[in-house]
Amino acid sequence: MGDTPNELLTVRELRKYFPLRAQNLRGERAMVQAVDGVSFTISEGETLGIVGESGCGKSTTARLLMHLIEPDAGEIRFEGRALGRGGFTVRELRRKMQMVFQDSYASLNPRLAVQDSIAFGPMAHGASEAKARSRARELLELVKLDPDQFGRRYPHELSGGQRQRINFARALALEPRLVILDEAVSALDKSIEAQVLNLLMDLKKNLRLTYLFISHDLGVVQYVSDHVLVMYLGKVVELGRVADVYHRSRHPYTQALLASRPSMDPDARLERSPLPGDPPNPINPPSGCRFRTRCAFAEDVCRRVEPLLKVQDTAPGHFAACHMAIRGSGHSKPSPGMTAPLDRACPAG
Amino acid sequence: MKALDAPAITLEFNTAAGERAELDVPVGPGAQRTYWQNVRSRVARDPYTMVCLAVLLLMGIAAILAPWLGLDDPTAANSARRLLPPGSPGHPLGTDELGRDMLTRLIYGARLSLAMGVLPVLAALLVGGVLGLLAGFVGGRTNMLIMRVTDVFYAFPSILLAVAIAGALGAGIMNAAVAIVIVFVPSITRVTESVTTQVRSMDFVEAARASGASTYAIIRTHILGNVLGPVLVYATVLVSVSILIAAGLSFIGLGASSPAAEWGLMLNTLRESIFLAPFNAVLPGFMIFAASMCFNLISDGLRSAMDVRI
Repeated sequence: MGDTPNELLTVRELRKYFPLRAQNLRGERAMVQAVDGVSFTISEGETLGIVGESGCGKSTTARLLMHLIEPDAGEIRFEGRALGRGGFTVRELRRKMQMVFQDSYASLNPRLAVQDSIAFGPMAHGASEAKARSRARELLELVKLDPDQFGRRYPHELSGGQRQRINFARALALEPRLVILDEAVSALDKSIEAQVLNLLMDLKKNLRLTYLFISHDLGVVQYVSDHVLVMYLGKVVELGRVADVYHRSRHPYTQALLASRPSMDPDARLERSPLPGDPPNPINPPSGCRFRTRCAFAEDVCRRVEPLLKVQDTAPGHFAACHMAIRGSGHSKPSPGMTAPLDRACPAG
Repeated sequence: MKALDAPAITLEFNTAAGERAELDVPVGPGAQRTYWQNVRSRVARDPYTMVCLAVLLLMGIAAILAPWLGLDDPTAANSARRLLPPGSPGHPLGTDELGRDMLTRLIYGARLSLAMGVLPVLAALLVGGVLGLLAGFVGGRTNMLIMRVTDVFYAFPSILLAVAIAGALGAGIMNAAVAIVIVFVPSITRVTESVTTQVRSMDFVEAARASGASTYAIIRTHILGNVLGPVLVYATVLVSVSILIAAGLSFIGLGASSPAAEWGLMLNTLRESIFLAPFNAVLPGFMIFAASMCFNLISDGLRSAMDVRI
């Protein structure tokens, strides 16, 4: 994962702990380990999907990238340049990177006509009012809404799908190269969702955009993404091309997620959830592998040693953080996704 | 100590899809109406609010034009014509205990009483609004400092606090006004702070930050517009409270002093004649009631007109 020119965004060891208000008697504050050592790369023109259960740090990652919250540690490089001296200012970065939120209503000012909401960004970056407004009208057409009919409406006068298109238009107003879509279609009806997704794909092609697509919907992520990143409790557990992660997954968490997808075939329905219980509390995550408390294959090594992301033999860009997928980790079983057991494939251990 | 009468104004942002189409918002080209124009057109179709506005407008115009209305001298006593009943020749609403024309004094009284309703609230709105915005937007220690100081004021009932401050400053209409401002600043600060805090955490503010806009631009475009509505509604209620407190201060001798015409003071001086001329004695009280009622109803009307979901 070197710095090749077409790498648009590189994130290394991103970390954010949120201190809790309450202190214990010794004055120590508990920390919610929201994002802990997340690294990934997005190449220009591709879509990286991030999946995971709620609370796993997907949205926090997005907010960290936008610098809406400050990371505790880690490096974010955009177009090969970091933030700070000699690199980007936060303002420049926010211009090149934009974000669409899940709640289409809450993310629009209820007291502004939607075209004014769209024009706000360009005006904040120095465009004249007339120019910003004509830009807003262009953008409305771009998202397939008639500017004459919709421009002067207020958010509550639009449907959810229409509002989310306005949010895309607003995000595109600054001509960003990367758009972060944080559960951007999750709140929409299925039919509207498909429509909006197609619009998103068209926009991506026509405007040569790069997407970071955050969702809990595995089907949608499979449809839109080139690469997928699976998060669990603030950590990356698996990362790779869609085909590798969906068909040759190595991490039991990814496998459980995939198994939990509703099937179109009534005979194939699951009798019980493949993933029992809720994720543990991120304030006190389990030692070693964070997934071990819910993992059917957990062994002693999983408690003692934290598995690191290791490249898999399936494909060069396929990584998983599971002892079963790491040679010589001390785990007795190979990952259920592997064709041959580890010790047989590699007797030397 | 927590305030017992903490203003309970919350912003109701509808997160579910509020899909009702609006009839009075034009969507065609050329029609350009801002949010406030929409509010105005909704107020115009609300009969209660319009009646109250008309009544207050009438009172206000009469008060301003009082010297040119051909009325008697509001302070000229005439012991021969004391406590004439309403309908007496030359005195349509009768006279008071010193023989002064009631109608004249009620109209002149409107000047002081309405001014005592509106001006202290405006002053408090300016101070409390800025403090509340600051506390709400900056948050952290600034918020803590400002809000804990306002809590101290909440420890006292507002009327008692006004009496104490006015008493300490000494009698007089200006001191009464200052006392009312001091009483109102904490509650306006609190309302502004709570609304600002709510608005600040909304996604559209986050989105505005993500667009790289300056703090000033965000406050002006996204915060102020959403905070102003609820705070204005609250301030309108305070106008009626202010009229009542001012009348109360005058009544106990801490506000306007004789022979000035002021509704609270008139109520006080006519009190002793309540059995001799009950109708005359009740008139200033009725005016206080009418004015404060009107401000209250207007506040209600504004609240619903500003509700974006209507």
